[in-house]
Amino acid sequence: MNGIFLGVVLALIWAGITGNFSGLNLLFGGVIGAGAILLLRYSLQQRGTLRRAGKAISLGLFFLVDLMMSALRVALIVLRPDIRSAIRPAIIAVPLTVKSDAEITLLANMITLTPGTLSIDVAEDRSVLFVHALSIKSDAELIDGIKNGFEARIGEIFK
Amino acid sequence: MRDIVLCLGGGLLILGAIFTLIAALGVIRLPDLYTRMHAASKAGTVGGGLILLAVALVSLDAAVALRALIGILFLLLTTPISAHLLARASYLAGHDLGESTVRDDLKTRLEQNSRS
Repeated sequence: MNGIFLGVVLALIWAGITGNFSGLNLLFGGVIGAGAILLLRYSLQQRGTLRRAGKAISLGLFFLVDLMMSALRVALIVLRPDIRSAIRPAIIAVPLTVKSDAEITLLANMITLTPGTLSIDVAEDRSVLFVHALSIKSDAELIDGIKNGFEARIGEIFK
Repeated sequence: MRDIVLCLGGGLLILGAIFTLIAALGVIRLPDLYTRMHAASKAGTVGGGLILLAVALVSLDAAVALRALIGILFLLLTTPISAHLLARASYLAGHDLGESTVRDDLKTRLEQNSRS
């Protein structure tokens, strides 16, 4: 039931993207959508999909706000005449609590796009993420920000 | 209604252009590769994203708008990966951090690894 609903939604999205709502094109979209659902059937069968989708959307909004803030902060730093005294770059080791590849990838991507941080490397044992900060005040503050912000939210979605 | 959307799109286009300009300025003005990646990845993404959003609004066409929005999604997915890879590759290749860098946890880590 759930799969059929998803298939119809995917077919409509396909028609929307290709800009052609003819019957044949809808059918084609449905076939491709069915293929995608078939490939992903095991990960779609987990329970609590709706609750997790809600959490994912709230994470997305949180992220977009952070992205705007981040761009503004970089912009303000770039436009300062005394640019060398405005920045305090550092590479900080941030301990990780999330463990799976998907979670670490998502976290590293989001860190790169949020205020003053850029992920550089992950330790081989996945315990630490190395983050380059553009302008740090204190390392504890930076680590806390990541832990309580993105990492906590990502952990909730994948739990 | 149509005029409002067009004005909004124009505004976003200008804002996006400003952010892209600032990203370019940042790449020139910041002292080392790592800080430059900050400007290129953040201000650059927001600039490009705003321009695509403006395209979505101004087009007044659902199919074009949807494609522009998907463009934003892929921009958000791919920019951090390229920034991360550039930073990591240059770190491992021994590219020095700028003089103003106050702390480097990765260096101590790599030294520990090579000793053990």
